[in-house]
Amino acid sequence: MIKEDTMTEKIKGSKIFIESLKQEQVTDIFGYPGGALLEIYDDLYDSDINHYLVRHEQAAAHAADGYARSSGKVGVCLATSGPGATNLVTGIANAYMDSIPMVAFTGQVNLGAIGKDSFQEADITGITLPITKHNFLVKDVKDLASTIKKAFHIARTGRPGPVLIDMPKDITLNRAVFNYPDKVDLPSYKPTIKGSIKQIKAAVELMQESERPVVLAGGGVTASNASDELRTFIKQTNIPVASTLLGLGVYPYDDELSLRMPGMHGTAYANYAIHDADLLIAIGMRFDDRITGKLATFAPKAKVIHIDIDPAEISKCIAATVPIVGDAKEVLKDLIEYIKENPVEKKDEWLRTIQEYKTNHPLIYKMSADTINPQYVIQQINEMTKGNVIMATEVGTHQMWAAQYQNHIYPRHFISSGGLGTMGFGFPAAIGAQVANPDKLVVNIAGDGSIQMNIQELSTVANYNLPVKVIILNNRYLGMVRQWQEIFYKKRYSHTDLEGKQPDFVKVAEAYDVMGLRAEKPSQVRSVLEKAFAHNGPVFVDMVVNREENVFPMVPAGGVLNKMILQKEGK
Amino acid sequence: MRHVLSVVVENKPGVLARISGLFSRRGFNIDSLAVGPTEDPAYSRITLVVQGDDMIIEQISKQLYKLIDTYKVIDLTKINHVEREMVLVKVNITSTTRSEVIEIVNIFRAKIIDVSEKTLVIEITGDQSKINGLLKMLKKYGITEMVRTGSIAMQRGLN
Repeated sequence: MIKEDTMTEKIKGSKIFIESLKQEQVTDIFGYPGGALLEIYDDLYDSDINHYLVRHEQAAAHAADGYARSSGKVGVCLATSGPGATNLVTGIANAYMDSIPMVAFTGQVNLGAIGKDSFQEADITGITLPITKHNFLVKDVKDLASTIKKAFHIARTGRPGPVLIDMPKDITLNRAVFNYPDKVDLPSYKPTIKGSIKQIKAAVELMQESERPVVLAGGGVTASNASDELRTFIKQTNIPVASTLLGLGVYPYDDELSLRMPGMHGTAYANYAIHDADLLIAIGMRFDDRITGKLATFAPKAKVIHIDIDPAEISKCIAATVPIVGDAKEVLKDLIEYIKENPVEKKDEWLRTIQEYKTNHPLIYKMSADTINPQYVIQQINEMTKGNVIMATEVGTHQMWAAQYQNHIYPRHFISSGGLGTMGFGFPAAIGAQVANPDKLVVNIAGDGSIQMNIQELSTVANYNLPVKVIILNNRYLGMVRQWQEIFYKKRYSHTDLEGKQPDFVKVAEAYDVMGLRAEKPSQVRSVLEKAFAHNGPVFVDMVVNREENVFPMVPAGGVLNKMILQKEGK
Repeated sequence: MRHVLSVVVENKPGVLARISGLFSRRGFNIDSLAVGPTEDPAYSRITLVVQGDDMIIEQISKQLYKLIDTYKVIDLTKINHVEREMVLVKVNITSTTRSEVIEIVNIFRAKIIDVSEKTLVIEITGDQSKINGLLKMLKKYGITEMVRTGSIAMQRGLN
């Protein structure tokens, strides 16, 4: 508690910043200093908040994002004015697209210097207007504490998202009485948490009438920590369930009702089930084009129950038959209670059809004898960890293999950039996840293209001895683009073939004083992974994999879900 | 279809940028936008005239409402309301056309607020059809300049 006499004492804005973070129970932040932040960094010097110095501000935003995804807490990042702030932009946009709670703090030039094109000035609130849930420019030190309170409240409630606070340098220097408000005063912001009971009844009626229902569980189930409720609901209703990329782990991948991931690179059986369904129950998902393909032909026979906390998601892409605005956890609880009295019958025939789909169209790949299959690497990690690993990915083919083959058992264990599709996300996100989960095995599945977008973070993991295991599925191609070029551009591999043009990743790691390992044959994969996982520190693993392995199934962009390109039968 | 949306927002700097930015980045079209304080100085009212089918208007309303600073969004098209717009229009005149123009102005209950040898500035307030009617009549004399405020609107009777 703050003592009475300190209640009237005026303290510097930079101290108010730190005290406010403490009031929000922030223990870890990711940042990079600069001129506009000198006051704040001076106070961070002897504060008990753990500050992690990244080597590029983009990594600060991604680390805060990975921290938030893996822990459910609000991630916090800090960057100076001008270029520091603009370097956060990709990370903020990434968090916005995936609805990740984050508060980004930026330094700004002095209030009086704003608008004068001052040194290291950028209009960061203007720049981030379309990629933040909300943002603030603090114009009076007296407003700093209440602004921080509002920012955390906005970031973590309703549909979560990033909030940015821009702090002119003189705000951090000026003094005010520190008084952290207990309550937030936001008359225009009142998210709906409880779903309408009338709508819940209507939804259960549709479930009872339907013969071929499918549940689509998305990032909203992860965000509201509703995995247990989802599992209860599925057991109660026996409805098969597909998890979107951001929903992976909310339902165990190996359950008989699990359809794993749907969409462009989803399982064939999830896509067939959706295409044949007469009812979709979408929970905390937004019918992204990577899930739906062409909207006009998506799930043509299905009525739609759409549960989302954001009313603007309802009927944005797909018209909802029964919309329910509310938090996934609360709505699922109410559904479970209502269904106890009004049971939904098991649809045996539909479940038999689903089982046939699963038997006839499993995820498969052709195992090669002397080169490493990227999918095989993921399967080896599964065998070693039994799914008890936080897996962060970059973006590309490796990401899709990780999504397809990882044994997703627990929520918040698969950390991947879904909406924005940000190459360079995974390594710093893994850093954030490792900071939030110091005792867990954290792996970054990377491609040889993506890893170089934030490879400087080797310095960060070395600096703090963060034991992140980076596994580069190295095919010397920008593989996802190459796959499209192979299929749609007559194998004209324009600027995607990097054979002989990539660095020696083992040497790169060693230059940062990080352990570097390499596997070139399938027989080496297991032992290299064992050595990496046993090492008490960061490791960079160069997995030299099949060059032209493709991700299948594949629904071409704008295609129809049941018309997939499938993997040809292999061994 | 044309819709008139009345949006009550917190009276803070940057709010208008948030609203207009939303329209451009989501590809919604604005016919007109008028903004000013309300009876409560803490809030401003923005009257938007937009085009779109029901699904688009619903999406616009929800996206507007999603902005943290937005307090209320009302689609006035669906309820009984009055709508007004003010236009200033500068018309060329000659000694022979002056009286004709003045007569038209009187018929429309518009006002002449500036007179010069070769021009008249006319002020008209009304709904869209009245304003368009006057402009149509004035066109042949030569309109050299025009300013429109954009529509403002209010629900009739008790809210």
